[in-house]
Amino acid sequence: MFSEEKLNKVKEIIARYPQGKQKSALIPVLHLAQEEFGGWLSSETMDYVASLLQITSIEVYEVATFYSMFNLQPVGKHVFEVCQTGPCMLRGSDQIIDYIKKKLDIGVGETTKDGLFTLKTVECLGACGYAPMMQLGKHYREHLTPEKVDAIIEECRAKAN
Amino acid sequence: MPTIYIDNKAFEVKAGKNLLEACLSLGLDLPYFCWHPAMGSVGACRQCAVKVFKDEEDTRGRIVMSCMESVKDGLRLSVNDKTATTFRSQVIEWLMTNHPHDCPVCDEGGCCHLQDVTVMTGHNYRRYEYKKRTYTNQYLGPLVNHEMNRCIQCYRCVRYYRDYAGGKDLNVFSAHNHVYFGREKDGVLQSPFSGNLVEVCPTGVFTDKTLKEHYTRKWDLTNAPAVCQHCSLGCNVIAGERYGQLRNIVNRYNSEVNGYFLCDKGRFGYEFVNSENRVTQPLIRKRQSEAVNRATLMQHMSTLLSGHTLIGIGSPRASLESNYALMDLVGKENFYQGIPDDLVYIEQKIVDILLSGAIHTPSLKEIEQADAVLILGEDIWNTAPVMALAVRQSVMKTAATHTTEQVAIPLWHDMAVRELVQDAKGFLANMTVTASPLDEISASTMRAAPDDLARLGFAIAHILNPSLPEVPDATDAVRTQAMNISRALQQAKHPVIITGTSCWNNALVRAAFDIAAALDLTEKRAGLAFVMQDCNSLGLAMMRSSSFEKAITSAERSSNVTAIILENDLYRSVPAGQADAFFSSCKNVVVLDTLHNRTTERADVLIPAATFAEADGTFVNNEARAQCSSQVFMPANSEVRESFKWLSEIRSLKTTAGNGHEKHPDEILQALESKFPQFKGISRSAPPHDFRFHGARIPRESHRYSGRTAMQANIDVSEPKPLQDDDSPLSYTMEGYRGPAPSPLIPFFWAPGWNSGQSVNKFQLETGGSLKGGEPGVRLAEQTGVTPVFSRDIPDAFTARQDKWLLLPQYHLFGSGELSVYTEGIASQSPAPYISLSRHDAERAGLKEGDIVTVKSDGKAYSLPLSIHGSLPDGIMLVPAGLRGMDSWSWGGWVNISTVKV
Repeated sequence: MFSEEKLNKVKEIIARYPQGKQKSALIPVLHLAQEEFGGWLSSETMDYVASLLQITSIEVYEVATFYSMFNLQPVGKHVFEVCQTGPCMLRGSDQIIDYIKKKLDIGVGETTKDGLFTLKTVECLGACGYAPMMQLGKHYREHLTPEKVDAIIEECRAKAN
Repeated sequence: MPTIYIDNKAFEVKAGKNLLEACLSLGLDLPYFCWHPAMGSVGACRQCAVKVFKDEEDTRGRIVMSCMESVKDGLRLSVNDKTATTFRSQVIEWLMTNHPHDCPVCDEGGCCHLQDVTVMTGHNYRRYEYKKRTYTNQYLGPLVNHEMNRCIQCYRCVRYYRDYAGGKDLNVFSAHNHVYFGREKDGVLQSPFSGNLVEVCPTGVFTDKTLKEHYTRKWDLTNAPAVCQHCSLGCNVIAGERYGQLRNIVNRYNSEVNGYFLCDKGRFGYEFVNSENRVTQPLIRKRQSEAVNRATLMQHMSTLLSGHTLIGIGSPRASLESNYALMDLVGKENFYQGIPDDLVYIEQKIVDILLSGAIHTPSLKEIEQADAVLILGEDIWNTAPVMALAVRQSVMKTAATHTTEQVAIPLWHDMAVRELVQDAKGFLANMTVTASPLDEISASTMRAAPDDLARLGFAIAHILNPSLPEVPDATDAVRTQAMNISRALQQAKHPVIITGTSCWNNALVRAAFDIAAALDLTEKRAGLAFVMQDCNSLGLAMMRSSSFEKAITSAERSSNVTAIILENDLYRSVPAGQADAFFSSCKNVVVLDTLHNRTTERADVLIPAATFAEADGTFVNNEARAQCSSQVFMPANSEVRESFKWLSEIRSLKTTAGNGHEKHPDEILQALESKFPQFKGISRSAPPHDFRFHGARIPRESHRYSGRTAMQANIDVSEPKPLQDDDSPLSYTMEGYRGPAPSPLIPFFWAPGWNSGQSVNKFQLETGGSLKGGEPGVRLAEQTGVTPVFSRDIPDAFTARQDKWLLLPQYHLFGSGELSVYTEGIASQSPAPYISLSRHDAERAGLKEGDIVTVKSDGKAYSLPLSIHGSLPDGIMLVPAGLRGMDSWSWGGWVNISTVKV
């Protein structure tokens, strides 16, 4: 359940759209829910969002499964979303992904035992000029090299402590 | 007509079409997946690529998706261009990277659109050597099977299920390489039109689960063109048999009737043919050995005929041939419809209206094209499902037509049109006793008793034609609603009014007629559609015979009565008390039927009749279209015969002239039309039995039919002589005329390179248009311009009575049907019997949900649990009609509750 404050925020988002088109608020409300409920969307969360927008659950699942920005399983504190589309792949995203896997001892879609890191692969994030790249939280990390990855991991660990 | 150049040849094509439609209509082989003639184009699959050239000089051209490009005069394109053909085969190659190589174990194999297209594009060696993506399949209920690995992401399933049929519980999830089509979790598909997914899906993701139980490849089936038996719409179907078992039903395209789609009851409700409950042997009861052979039966029958008064009870679900053969045997004055007086009265009214020529009755296609629809009283979702689907198209397409008139977007451009239309809808007023799934697309709804609905109808008629009487004491609410509806009908060019017999109320029929006739006077072509109860209700009603009550009186008056009952379980057709009364006044009861039921239990002589699949027969649908249903297979058991054959043989016992030749069905139809002018033209509904192409018949079996020489080797190693069909131009062989057959005789759709049902393109004048040679069937009632006679007789407003309820039937798409419930997947979705009252009535009577309520109808007491109904008007009791084992009640009568057990 959202807090009163967040519920007001939901109402505000719904109010942006014409009467009867409250389904349009789905994506911003899902983002809000993901932020609020541990960084991922459980089916209970999605059902809750459906009830807020008065639409069927299946309509929420349809949207939430489409976007890689929505996590449908619990994730770690820091999510590495590595782009693997053409330009990044040509610039070595495969090696970056392999390096992260080995370094953190996890596979794609998995989370480290300490709950700190999750590795995801995503499609083009529109930063091909800075390939290979990944998204970490709200920021892009660009021109990745194994050294840069090491630094990013250290930085995250430092933040966690 | 624009001229386009395809590979440098000039063709005249129809304007407003896309290039794919134009090419297919010209008979060219151009592969496609996502385009569907009933659903338009979205350009999703990239399979129909062609090359378009700027002008004659242009040698480079550019690749376009033919389904997304409009026909333009002078346009030049190439289908066979090297770049285009390579493109198409590459599209298949990447689809194949994930498609499993499981054709040998896939139900779709042999009638698979994907197989056809793969062969057509010439892609035959896979280069992809890696892992394929796999999915978990879902349980989608007892009728449709799900196998997601085969999916090629054409999106046809969701476009059909959600956009076309209005289903909500199937959707698409995820993106790119993980796209998944399914439900949110395992569960039965909720739409009663889900079975069409089997034909809509170009590959084996959705397949027929009932076929799986006795699987046979399309090429191994013996097929025939048949007519659905489960409601009055007369949808055209193709029924397939192997080893003496009916294996499946698929859609048989008829642009006027069902188009491309069937309902689930029609598609899956065929298992009764294979039921263990079939009557297989003639029986003479109360004998030492009750099962007898034909000779003994005939001997016994001749004693029952001489010196006895004969009474024949016809059937709304038996063919015209069988009904007429019975009438011919017992004499016209002794032939009765096996249905109650009230229903006969209403049906007679409908026949009078249709045959008067005063009004036009629309086909389902015309209902789809209507621009305003008023449903008066009939619960078409349950009693005529494919009509509900047609009404949905009218609502959605009217809006699309209105919107696209303003902008230059062709109607086939599905996504663009939907984007433009948004939530706009055409006009539908759904005026029924209880809520219906159609309400959500209705502009106007009303829940009221049948008399009140009729009064609303008369109020509308009065507004449209002020010379008609005003409805006395109409409430303001009714006046406003009548005003709104009449305005919408007046604005429409092709309004359609729908009513029917399921409310057992003749005022509804009269009111609907008055509205349609009043609209007709204003220079528009209004349509008036009736929904009947059974597949041949209208045919039987057109014979204009008396009701069952008259049969009882006649039986009571005479002594020594031999009643012959044709394919009619009286306990389902008339109240049980009446059936009992009838049986007790008959000395001998002879029953011809296909399945054991409570009427066959009362039979002194029981004669096994053939089902529709084993019989030739003509059925008159709700629009008075007489359609021939052909025999799919001959029962191995020679004691199972078409009723009209038995009856003709029994008839020959009466004449001393000895056995004349056995009458062919078309000869019976000729006799029928010579005796009854209302059936004029019916013998043209299908080619006669001796019709041949250069001496050849039309084979029911494909040229690939396998095992003919071996399939009966366990009985005899020599190949048996093929069965002879003397009654139709169809043969029980693989040999014969393989060219285009007359449309009533198309046993299955197949064309070289097109093994799937998509081959229907090759049988049509244009994609989505008429079959070559016209649609099967003959319409027996056409508008002739006769001045209508208005009814003017307005019923009083309905008033709830103290402790008494108006008894009305609730039909259930799954459940109300004598035959369809033999399919386990349909029976399992059928509701348990109940009695329904409105919440207010239940509270007033101190009743709670689930209380066992006892009600007396026609002298018999029935105890059923109470189900409180949210949308039922006060004063009405609703009881499900025709559930397995349930009697027919005195519908339209008044009943009271005798006892209550909490």
